[in-house]
Amino acid sequence: MTMTLVNKAGFNDQQLIEAYRKMCLIRLFEEKVDYFFAKGMIHGTTHLCVGQEAAAVGSGSVLRHSDWITATHRGHGQTITKGTDINKMMAELFGKTSGTNKGKGGSMHIADIATGNLGANGVVGGGYPIACGAALTAQMKHTDQICLCYAGDGSTNEGSFHESLNMASIWKLPVVFFIENNQYGMSGPIKETVNIQDLSTRALSYGMPGITIDGNDLIAVIDAVYDAVERARKGEGPTLIEAKTYRWKGHSKSDAKKYRTREEEEQWKTERDPIANFKAKLIRAGLLSEAESEEILVKAAEVIENAVAFAEAGSKPDEDQLMTDIYAE
Amino acid sequence: MREITYTEAVREALSEAMREDESVFILGEDIGIYGGAFGVTRGMLEEFGPKRIRHTPISESAIAGAAVGAAITGMRPIFELQFSDFITIALDQIVNQAAKIHYMYGGNVSIPLVMRTPGGSGTGAAAQHSQSLENWTAHIPGLIVIQPSTAYDAKGLLHSAIANNNPVMFYEHKLCYRTKGDVPEGKYFIPIGVADIKRQGKDISVIATSYMVHKALEAAEILAKEGIDIEVVDPRTLVPLDKKTIVDSVKKTGRALVVTEAVKRSGFSSELAAVISEEESFDYLDHPIVRLAGAETPIPYEPTLEKLAVPQVNDIVTACRNIMAAK
Repeated sequence: MTMTLVNKAGFNDQQLIEAYRKMCLIRLFEEKVDYFFAKGMIHGTTHLCVGQEAAAVGSGSVLRHSDWITATHRGHGQTITKGTDINKMMAELFGKTSGTNKGKGGSMHIADIATGNLGANGVVGGGYPIACGAALTAQMKHTDQICLCYAGDGSTNEGSFHESLNMASIWKLPVVFFIENNQYGMSGPIKETVNIQDLSTRALSYGMPGITIDGNDLIAVIDAVYDAVERARKGEGPTLIEAKTYRWKGHSKSDAKKYRTREEEEQWKTERDPIANFKAKLIRAGLLSEAESEEILVKAAEVIENAVAFAEAGSKPDEDQLMTDIYAE
Repeated sequence: MREITYTEAVREALSEAMREDESVFILGEDIGIYGGAFGVTRGMLEEFGPKRIRHTPISESAIAGAAVGAAITGMRPIFELQFSDFITIALDQIVNQAAKIHYMYGGNVSIPLVMRTPGGSGTGAAAQHSQSLENWTAHIPGLIVIQPSTAYDAKGLLHSAIANNNPVMFYEHKLCYRTKGDVPEGKYFIPIGVADIKRQGKDISVIATSYMVHKALEAAEILAKEGIDIEVVDPRTLVPLDKKTIVDSVKKTGRALVVTEAVKRSGFSSELAAVISEEESFDYLDHPIVRLAGAETPIPYEPTLEKLAVPQVNDIVTACRNIMAAK
């Protein structure tokens, strides 16, 4: 006896299991990347989205291939969901020419125009105006594409947030602003850096709908983003969504996490793990068994191992790459 | 050939490009019914409509960034910054986004956009509306920087800028707007990265940018009566810089005077002087390179002080006389 998990996007059982698989894949990808950085096997830095998988997958799953996203510096999950080849992502982190950006961008700048990913951004709030510009293209060319603009809680205090949300609203741009509120801008708790409970209430001042959701509840994310995407596609303008979530890891690889308690972390991990909770939901609905879940994990681990092998097999850029592609032809 | 103003030349290039290519559009503050703070887009709203002559909120970061996003996704936006001083608000999108995306993404996408903006002093607009900040963008790899001094150059270079697949910073000068020159009708291109010798001469190479070209040409007339024959070299584009034309000119004259309106310290005049010293022109110098540039001060309001802040015709004349007098 199975039960349907009702969702506004109309995803069927298979699609929901696929969403679950993607969340698992993202977590394993991030944990593998964490391992490589901790071991010093990859240089530079990275920002991991472990704990935020439902926000990435719930939102990205609603999009069409032709839609665009602007990703954040914590964007691996967003990028995987939009359809970027994991092999190329891993190769990019390894600095290989087979990477998404030929090894020149690294974790913070992964972009994949072919899948509609206009790029992760190393500047907090940097993606807001760019997302408006992409949406403007869709509007001017009369396509039905939309742009999903990912951003973090901290970025809502940037000027670009204000300028862009206002512009998007007055021009009714087909854009969805999706804030992953993971509670901290690096070390700054959002509750100390804004004087409001819900970031989505800021939407009021731009004349657009705003909604705060449990970003760790996959179905809640799907529903909210589906409504916002439909609204944008119909030409009714932007929406501001705040998805409350939590980043399990530190800000980047150097973080001792002195600004929060281990108890708080444990609570989010045990009570509000987006993957465990959705798995329980699938099992309760009779859509997934423990054995099937185990198989999904095993297969996801294989995909990650293959990505590592692909990355390791790639070549480092030649020295002449230093001065290549500074200007376009 | 017919004579038109610099303003009209810029407007013609914009209009011709927009008639030819639907993906070209303009966004900026007050560019619609007002016609832009300096009247450059006057009449364009009537021809092209509000979707393509897009009046924006006062939001320079969103204006610049929307241009970046539109460029990545297949449009060819032109954005007008009402005064080049306001680039401070737009710089993240220009410097960290537009300039870097092509390289950072491994060459997988291009950013065909143009920023048009008026710089310079001389209108009594005081410290926050009169600066010459072009070297800020000239410093950033990934940007092209153009500073046309004449109506003819403005039109031909703007056509090249719009057709270029990179972010192009197009610095106009407020005092150039009303200058007139012979400008062909219809579309023509002046290649980016090619300097122009505005006046041939044998005694001193005066390398001048933007409105300083006009002042140098005026100085040349005065100096000619005294038997001093200066050559006026206009780089026209700062990035890429046509070093060869500058170096060849200095090799010919053996003397170099660099004239820019921008503040002297760390300004583009420093770059021009460095090029002359680094290249083989150095061996031909009969006199140390002289720089005339903006005083190291904010631009003051009061007209006498404002004039004192940037090189004037007399300063160029005096500098040239001194160079020729030294033995």
